[in-house]
Amino acid sequence: MEKTKRLFTGKTFLIHFILILGSVAMVVPFLWMILTSLKTYGESIHVPPVLIPKDLQWGNYKEVFDLLPFFKFMLNTFIVTVARTVGQLFLCSLAAYAFARIEFPGRNFLFLLALSVLMVPGQVFLLPQYMIMVKLGWLNTLQAVIVPGLFSAFGTFLLRQFFMGLPKELEEAARLDGCNHFQIYWRIMLPLAQPGLIALGIFTALWSWNELMWPMIVNSSPDKMTLSVGLASLQGQYLTNYPILMAGSFLAILPMLILFIILQKQFIEGIALTGGK
Amino acid sequence: MKELPLNGDVKGKRKKSVSSLAKTKKRSDYFWAYVMIAPTMLGLFIFYLWPILQTFYYSFTEWGAFGQHVWIGLENYKRMLTDANLFQSIKNTAIYIIFTVPIGIFLSILVAVLLNQKIKGKTVYRTLYFLPVITMPAAIAMVWRWLYNADYGLLNYLLSLFGIKGPHWVSDPKIALYSIIVVAIWSGVGYNMVIFLSGLQGIPRVYYEAAEIDGAGPFTVFFKITLPLLSPVIFFVTIMSLIGAFQVFDLIFMMIGKGSTALEHTQSIVYLFYQHAFVLNDKGYAAAIAVVLLIVILIITAIQMALQKKWVHYD
Repeated sequence: MEKTKRLFTGKTFLIHFILILGSVAMVVPFLWMILTSLKTYGESIHVPPVLIPKDLQWGNYKEVFDLLPFFKFMLNTFIVTVARTVGQLFLCSLAAYAFARIEFPGRNFLFLLALSVLMVPGQVFLLPQYMIMVKLGWLNTLQAVIVPGLFSAFGTFLLRQFFMGLPKELEEAARLDGCNHFQIYWRIMLPLAQPGLIALGIFTALWSWNELMWPMIVNSSPDKMTLSVGLASLQGQYLTNYPILMAGSFLAILPMLILFIILQKQFIEGIALTGGK
Repeated sequence: MKELPLNGDVKGKRKKSVSSLAKTKKRSDYFWAYVMIAPTMLGLFIFYLWPILQTFYYSFTEWGAFGQHVWIGLENYKRMLTDANLFQSIKNTAIYIIFTVPIGIFLSILVAVLLNQKIKGKTVYRTLYFLPVITMPAAIAMVWRWLYNADYGLLNYLLSLFGIKGPHWVSDPKIALYSIIVVAIWSGVGYNMVIFLSGLQGIPRVYYEAAEIDGAGPFTVFFKITLPLLSPVIFFVTIMSLIGAFQVFDLIFMMIGKGSTALEHTQSIVYLFYQHAFVLNDKGYAAAIAVVLLIVILIITAIQMALQKKWVHYD
């Protein structure tokens, strides 16, 4: 009896030991980012490293805004993220409802056509998408980043799965009451698909906030840059001033970090849902 | 269930009396269906489906300075056969995949299994492991560059405490790719962990209870119960990780400077695609690279699908 108990605590200890080791590896880069962002340049390159800065250099954060149109970057990223997320949620759920709940000629063919997009790596779309933007005269505009991101085969697929799982009775009752499909979708199905919508919303928001290549290709003027692209440009110009680089990096991840802390459960459930099919 | 016959009865009565009504109802069904799918289908067609065909077409063309392009047949593909840079980038991408995918999956299963035990502080651990997942790759790259800094970086300082002189992590061509691989694994563990964790929670408790009665040790339980029952999730994560790893770009672009000595030994296939498409204005060749990438990914996925019968257990 005694022995099994000790063995058990030994096992628990080992589990915590491994998990803590991993956690340290996860957290140290973030801590180092924050600590460095509050150091003077001299402190940042001191050997041995200064762990805690003597005076917290909040001025580094101000300097990020002075050196770069950082507020503009944030605003752009915010606009792009909100527009893409809201747009995708609406358009994908609309199509997903029709694919899941209405029978119409060509349904399977059109759905398979949409799904085929999922099999193709993103780079295959990039060149023609870029040429479309050139033709529309949309280079260096926010809509160049937003518009292609409004349509998603993945989102349509995910939400269709959700709508398919909802009971048929609700819809039939509504139809007897004379509701058309849009009304059923909007009033009955959309509220019921909330977990799916939240999952897709978080996924899209994360993706839009963090994306690098496409915004970098279409927007090269600082005025229209998103944070990722701004950071990329920051790196080139201020290669060695790490306190400034770290302050900029931390500012860029802060909004998502706050959102994550508030909506932690939804984030993790959302990822589990989008990943675990 | 009990209402089913009644339901059918009502339907039957209706069918006879209002068949023309049913027809208009059907027509209205079609109308709404097409209206509702129209925006997404149109968008997918313009920005995704048609571009697939266009990229194929572009891969047979050569581009001038102002976007004009001429048909050159298979020239781009022939050029690939003798492009040392391309071969190097394929090799780099392969090394990246071979390390990040298996190690990443192993570590995330390990963490998921540990978090699936009866222990305290689960949510805290889960949150911490998930942090890199929500962080923008550009910022991740930035902070890791700093940690890797040869002269002032934290990593080399820690090594120096043990009397080891740390290398130039991101500028030494021999090491840089592996430095990137470490960051890629670090930032991906949390994502897959969450998926594995939800997979583990889907395994019915009875299996474990039965194993306990039989007196099976933790390793037997893991290999005989957990792993087989988790195999569909492992399969899914493997496919997604592979596809993702094939397309690695952000980390390399951000961590390796444009003029870096390590660039040649770190640039991925997609990095090369980006270079040709948007820096060198060599769009035809870039399109050919994209096509090859597509074909390789499709083949690898098909092989995975074929192999899954051998090791994936569906109840």
